[in-house]
Amino acid sequence: MSTNPGFLRLERLTKRYERITAVDDLSLDIAQGEFVCLLGPSGCGKTTTLQMVAGFVAPDAGRILLDGRDLTTVPAHQRGLGIVFQGYALFPHMTVAQNLAFGLQMRKLGATETNERIAQALELVHLQDHAQRLPRELSGGQRQRVALARALIIQPPVLLLDEPMGALDAKLREDMQIELRALQRRLGITTVMVTHDQSEALSLADRVVLMQTGRIAQMGRPHELYEQPNGRFSSTFLGKANIFSGTSDGQMIQVGSVRLPVPPGSPPGAVDCIVRPERMRFASSQALLQGEIVARVFLGNHWLFQISTPVGDVQLTEPNTGLPLPSEGSRVGLLWTPDDARVIARNA
Amino acid sequence: MIRNPLPWWLASPAALLMLAFLALPMVMLLGLSLNPFVPGAGVGEGFTLSHYADLATDDYFHTIFGRTLALSFWVTLGCLLIGVPEAWVLSRLSPRWRAVSMVIVLGPLLISVIVRTLGWAILLGSEGVINRSLMALGWIDAPIRMMYTFSAMTVALVHVLVPFMVLAVWASLQRLDPATLQAAASLGAPPTTVFRRVVLPQVVPGMLSGVLIVFAMAASAFATPAIIGGRRLKVVPTTIYDEFLGNLNWPLGAALAAVLLVIVLVVTLGTNRWVERRWRRVFE
Repeated sequence: MSTNPGFLRLERLTKRYERITAVDDLSLDIAQGEFVCLLGPSGCGKTTTLQMVAGFVAPDAGRILLDGRDLTTVPAHQRGLGIVFQGYALFPHMTVAQNLAFGLQMRKLGATETNERIAQALELVHLQDHAQRLPRELSGGQRQRVALARALIIQPPVLLLDEPMGALDAKLREDMQIELRALQRRLGITTVMVTHDQSEALSLADRVVLMQTGRIAQMGRPHELYEQPNGRFSSTFLGKANIFSGTSDGQMIQVGSVRLPVPPGSPPGAVDCIVRPERMRFASSQALLQGEIVARVFLGNHWLFQISTPVGDVQLTEPNTGLPLPSEGSRVGLLWTPDDARVIARNA
Repeated sequence: MIRNPLPWWLASPAALLMLAFLALPMVMLLGLSLNPFVPGAGVGEGFTLSHYADLATDDYFHTIFGRTLALSFWVTLGCLLIGVPEAWVLSRLSPRWRAVSMVIVLGPLLISVIVRTLGWAILLGSEGVINRSLMALGWIDAPIRMMYTFSAMTVALVHVLVPFMVLAVWASLQRLDPATLQAAASLGAPPTTVFRRVVLPQVVPGMLSGVLIVFAMAASAFATPAIIGGRRLKVVPTTIYDEFLGNLNWPLGAALAAVLLVIVLVVTLGTNRWVERRWRRVFE
């Protein structure tokens, strides 16, 4: 897949607004055909980064290179990138076909080829029957597909998606995610998507770039990121996590009055010990922690337990397999294996 | 079906006010225009269509109506050409500069039309600023006649009315999704194309209201044509004034007013209808 690992390069990009640094010395290499998600809470700089790549925001420092060409000072209309906007930004006074034709007219394509490409694009997003509709006559999902088709019809080297699912309801969002992933694979188009939705990032991206206060907190394949968070922020932003802060001697970690095992090779000293809720189990003997269930929530395919323990509240999930589970108020023991814990040195 | 009477009650005070101070005077004006004129005595008793017949047959009135319509047309066009880009530039400014520029654009509305027009008179007069400067520079030997010309009247009236166009288009621009402009740019449209193909069509409703306001105000403008056009270049409003207060021919003045009203109504309603059909898509 990755024929060119540095197809789209962001080199030490920085953008400052009056008081805040929105993007802080950010460098990122994106391979040809790769699907990268910029993920993070609002204000982390992900949208500003995308806007700089698109050419709508000028960086204060750093460079943007596409296939070796410096785009940093190229105006947006000469970059040729395909962009899907959060609110879709369809031209309200043009039909679907006219929306699609716009980019081709800017490229001075002939009528025959324009019509062919429009037909292809409509087929790509399953909207063949809607060519003559106006955007306001379409549903949210259809608008989103028109926006996608309009961005793809110019055959851009890079597709930029700004929270493309933001305005869709949950069910439709899931369908569109699957469709988008399949389309991106089929076309092999280099894609950068901005989202604050961790499940969207995990399910769509080849690589997730987790951002915090203008910097990259961690990046990697979705599974990697989830299993090996490099800190408190990564572990809590991606999925749920129980974090025990204490002092480690390399084998055990002292958390308040409790000693918990850690995997071999863990760093000593002040550490955070991270255990995912799905890795914890109820145990009647050899329990590492004792606690009382304060809440039990049914979430369809699993149950979420909130357990009060001497070292704070802990979350545990159990799959909904039909087996009897402890009820609210009951005393339980908690168990996990040292390998289920991830220990990270806490920097002061 | 049970009709809720409350809205009617709520609307009735304003409706009565309109009836008393707008509809009733209009009807009385119309009535007045059908009375004969008795020289020396003023309004006579009886019914006549002679004033309308005069307006229909006398070239003197044709010229005045023609001039009024031409003036309104050129003023409206001028306001469109200046006001639309002006509103666009305003909307693209940073908030601080926008606030300053808005004051500059709308400030003149706080000053009396007469004062603004006299300002133009000072500029355009044969002893005015422009002529003196040009002569001092040696570019001309004798003053150019600018006062009491049709062009001067048009220019001054554009200046007086352009803020209304800016306001109307501005209101439309506020509703524009700025992302559509970015989308157009991302698809390869340079700024001028973005303006022509994405901005302009979306602000047609604002341009339409601006055109209707400016046309109606230009056709009924009195002070500016009176000062800049003088006695020579009469328009319908100045003629009405002269008939009422100079010749004391109230019925003829009333007939002039009624015809002007009808013409303005026909033109504005016609324009409105045509534009709403032509750009149906941007009117929901």
